Amino acid sequence: MNRFCFFSAVFFLCGSAYANPFESGAPFKAVNKIDVLLQSSLSKQGVQPAPLCSDAVFLRRAYLAVIGTLPTTEEAEKFLNDKSVTKRAILIDRLLERSEYAGYWALKWADLLRCKAEFPINLWPNGAAVYYRWIHDSIRENKPYDRFARELLLSKGSNFRNGESNFYRAAANRDAESLAEAAVLTFLGVQTGPWSSEKQKQAAVFFSRVGYKGTAQWKEEIVFRIRKPLESADVVFPDGTHGQVKAEQDPRQVFADWLVSPKNKQFNENIANRIWYWLFGSGLVDPPDNFSDENPPVHPAVLSYLAEELVREKYDMKHLVRLILHSAAFQQSSFPVKRGSSQQRQELFASYPVRRLDAEVLQDALSQIFGVSAKYTSEVPEPFASLPNHYRTIMIPDTSLTSSFLETFGRATRDAGLVSDRNNGITESQMLFLMNSAEINQWAADFIARGRNRGNKGGKQNVPRETADKMWLQILSRYPAIEELKTAAEALRSGTPAADIVWALINSTEFLCQH
Amino acid sequence: MSTLNKLENRRQFLKHTVTGSLACAAASCNTLLGDSASNAAGNTAAKLGKAKSVIQIWMWGGPSHLDTFDPKPGAGKDYCGTWDKPLTTNVPHLEISQSLPNLAKCADLYSIVRTLTHRSNHHETAAYQMQTGRAPGGGLVYPCVGAVISKIKGYDAGYNDKIPPYIVLTTSQGRFSESGFLGQKYKPFVTGGDPSKIPFIVSGYVVPGMTDQRQNRRQELLQKLNTFGNAAGDDQLVDEIGIARENAVQLLQGDAVKTFDLASEPDKIREAYGKNWFGQACLMTRRLVQRGVPYITINYKGWDTHRRHFETLNRRQPEWDTGLSMLLKELADLGLLDTTIVWWGGEFGRTPKIGWESPWFGGRGHFGNCFSAVLAGGGFKGGKAVGETDPTGSNIQKRPVEVSDFLGSIYAQLGINPDGKLQNEKGIDTTNMSAASKAGRLAELI
Repeated sequence: MNRFCFFSAVFFLCGSAYANPFESGAPFKAVNKIDVLLQSSLSKQGVQPAPLCSDAVFLRRAYLAVIGTLPTTEEAEKFLNDKSVTKRAILIDRLLERSEYAGYWALKWADLLRCKAEFPINLWPNGAAVYYRWIHDSIRENKPYDRFARELLLSKGSNFRNGESNFYRAAANRDAESLAEAAVLTFLGVQTGPWSSEKQKQAAVFFSRVGYKGTAQWKEEIVFRIRKPLESADVVFPDGTHGQVKAEQDPRQVFADWLVSPKNKQFNENIANRIWYWLFGSGLVDPPDNFSDENPPVHPAVLSYLAEELVREKYDMKHLVRLILHSAAFQQSSFPVKRGSSQQRQELFASYPVRRLDAEVLQDALSQIFGVSAKYTSEVPEPFASLPNHYRTIMIPDTSLTSSFLETFGRATRDAGLVSDRNNGITESQMLFLMNSAEINQWAADFIARGRNRGNKGGKQNVPRETADKMWLQILSRYPAIEELKTAAEALRSGTPAADIVWALINSTEFLCQH
Repeated sequence: MSTLNKLENRRQFLKHTVTGSLACAAASCNTLLGDSASNAAGNTAAKLGKAKSVIQIWMWGGPSHLDTFDPKPGAGKDYCGTWDKPLTTNVPHLEISQSLPNLAKCADLYSIVRTLTHRSNHHETAAYQMQTGRAPGGGLVYPCVGAVISKIKGYDAGYNDKIPPYIVLTTSQGRFSESGFLGQKYKPFVTGGDPSKIPFIVSGYVVPGMTDQRQNRRQELLQKLNTFGNAAGDDQLVDEIGIARENAVQLLQGDAVKTFDLASEPDKIREAYGKNWFGQACLMTRRLVQRGVPYITINYKGWDTHRRHFETLNRRQPEWDTGLSMLLKELADLGLLDTTIVWWGGEFGRTPKIGWESPWFGGRGHFGNCFSAVLAGGGFKGGKAVGETDPTGSNIQKRPVEVSDFLGSIYAQLGINPDGKLQNEKGIDTTNMSAASKAGRLAELI
């Protein structure tokens, strides 16, 4: 069979103890302008991009990046055995149409837009739910980003009815400075903390006519425009240019007209950089919420191009995602050409950065592999909430729902709207959970028992090739390498329970990481 | 951030992980210096105590003050129902609810604060204040006291045990990302499982039926099957995973796991605590205190008794009357109570006036105007009642106690200066606890 040939070929080619199921063998070759610009920028620094990743790595990477979901065994088998040369492109298009795309990208946006019922944001559950719905629907219909930004900036009305109005309730505080800080962070990727107090005040003017009032309904609140002209019609935008606010105008409108414009390079580069960050795990400007003179982009030409491309395509975010997914840059191996310098190469995007799976993605991956369901309820704040069984973790609207798993794996607190609200670091308690929790052990045992029931009646301590394939496909989205099969077979012969192979794969670095 | 900087940070992270104890020792030197410096500066602060550990019994939902530690027998049926015969305790003039006979026999071991107040009737705001001592808002999430205490008495002081310094039995309180701006490292370890079952399955530590031999074999197998990890050896993240995994394996070896083994306690003792979830959780906290864990919370649920309040209390009150009184007595007998603070309380009290009508059928609502908490051990005097409420338990008559003063007093007894600077990586300039109110911290119990 083709598969066997592939593995023995790799095995002999590498000639090392480990076959390399992670690379395709093809060198980096520019597919689109991203690659041309990246390559030229890298070569100026004397760095060579990594070769292309294998089909299996691409499959898992694309699923995780686009829909935050692992491929099922069937999906993986179908893709890996497909001989068409356009299969990667076809997969990209299919993934972008999946419903999970909106779910997973709404998670990213909800982190950024601080969709949280609790302190310090205090949207309250109804507000958070409606806000999330607005975010999710906007992503699902691929709302052009200029409209998306305008709707948030100019939002008003009830927090229970107009989801986007919660943008103004999701700032650290409700004074004009804090609202300006949130708007600048969200739409320019700039932190106002280091600004002069004069500059901060100038930005605050645009938000000085935002008002709030309660209603007879519990926890409902109206965001409205205070109809009182500014002290001075002259206003100064964050880039130092001047403008005018007429007496009858909402100052936010003037701000939005300045901000949301094809000519506003910072506005356009901010979103292009965020999308890059979301697909690579680090930004061309990194962290993506700290654009400043001291923190320039690693490849300025790539960033400018992406921003221009977004404007040219009328702020179609999906277009930009697709463009990046197609690039050889995205399809590089995680192993840099020159070993011993992984970190540097990853930060230059001369290999695909390795990072830990997001808490929510990891939970969903475990649920999918083991056919189990996490339970989510929230007793406080009121009203109580309870999500149905098999509800996808990536689609939890509100981080106030308690889950010690998600806490352990560092889901975003949504406190500040900074990417550092999410902690994808590695801790001992994470390892204790994966290695030694009753859950993982039980699930691993059930996994084997289920396999037996489905009629894989191999010898007592002999996992047939087919079962091994299923195991690897289901957990790592690839076929096992020959060396791995040998290890598994030896382990079983010496009395290791088959469940321990499942356990080992779950505890492998490969499973835990997006790579 | 430049590439080089990032590399340097990562290296430092690894170094810290490897030489964790050294780093801790250095940190504790700093803390000691910092503390003594700020103590010298603010000499007005009360003398600091020498307590080592805290056991917090968190009455999730808000326990009624009238039906526990502030009975009002003269208030009539609309306030007391049929519970109008409070018990005299072994301390003269100190009365508690008729539903707590065992606690009535050892009132010399604890004191009651009857006039806590934060005036908030929402679970979320009230619980936040009771856990952090801070008013909500201002764009910051403060760490709860367990995180602060386990930081200062634990991590910063060179605590290096295989059991983390902040434990919650058995499910997460999970309310405000408990560690607040201190960050993930200071979150509590949540045990999961049920201590009244044998074995008590503590998440990550105890797997039923797992042998050492199988553990070792699995680790070997993982080494061999870790194809990607082995191939990506020079990647920093991959390194970090390897190190964290090795550290975790170390945690599993040795005696840490035995601490969680309640079956090793004499059956008589287990019986005396009550063989139920709460009783065995209390026994567990005693074992953890013996091991030196600085902060342990029992997250005890089910006190939000809007409906059929007395039915619930009749059923459940005996459970914690038995467990808590046994815990206090045992700590005292073992000589541990002098260095162990036990505090009992929820996010608020419950409305003194009973809702007899449908749909409550004898229920009590949320009440943050005045409510009770209990303090025991760690140098706090026993047998006292602080503050006085009016004849229906609706308003404070004497000596209001702010939550921050209550929690600040706990800090002081632990040797933590409440007015000292709270060190944190984010560079937020703040003290360990809000400044003392006009009424002041609990000097009357010291």
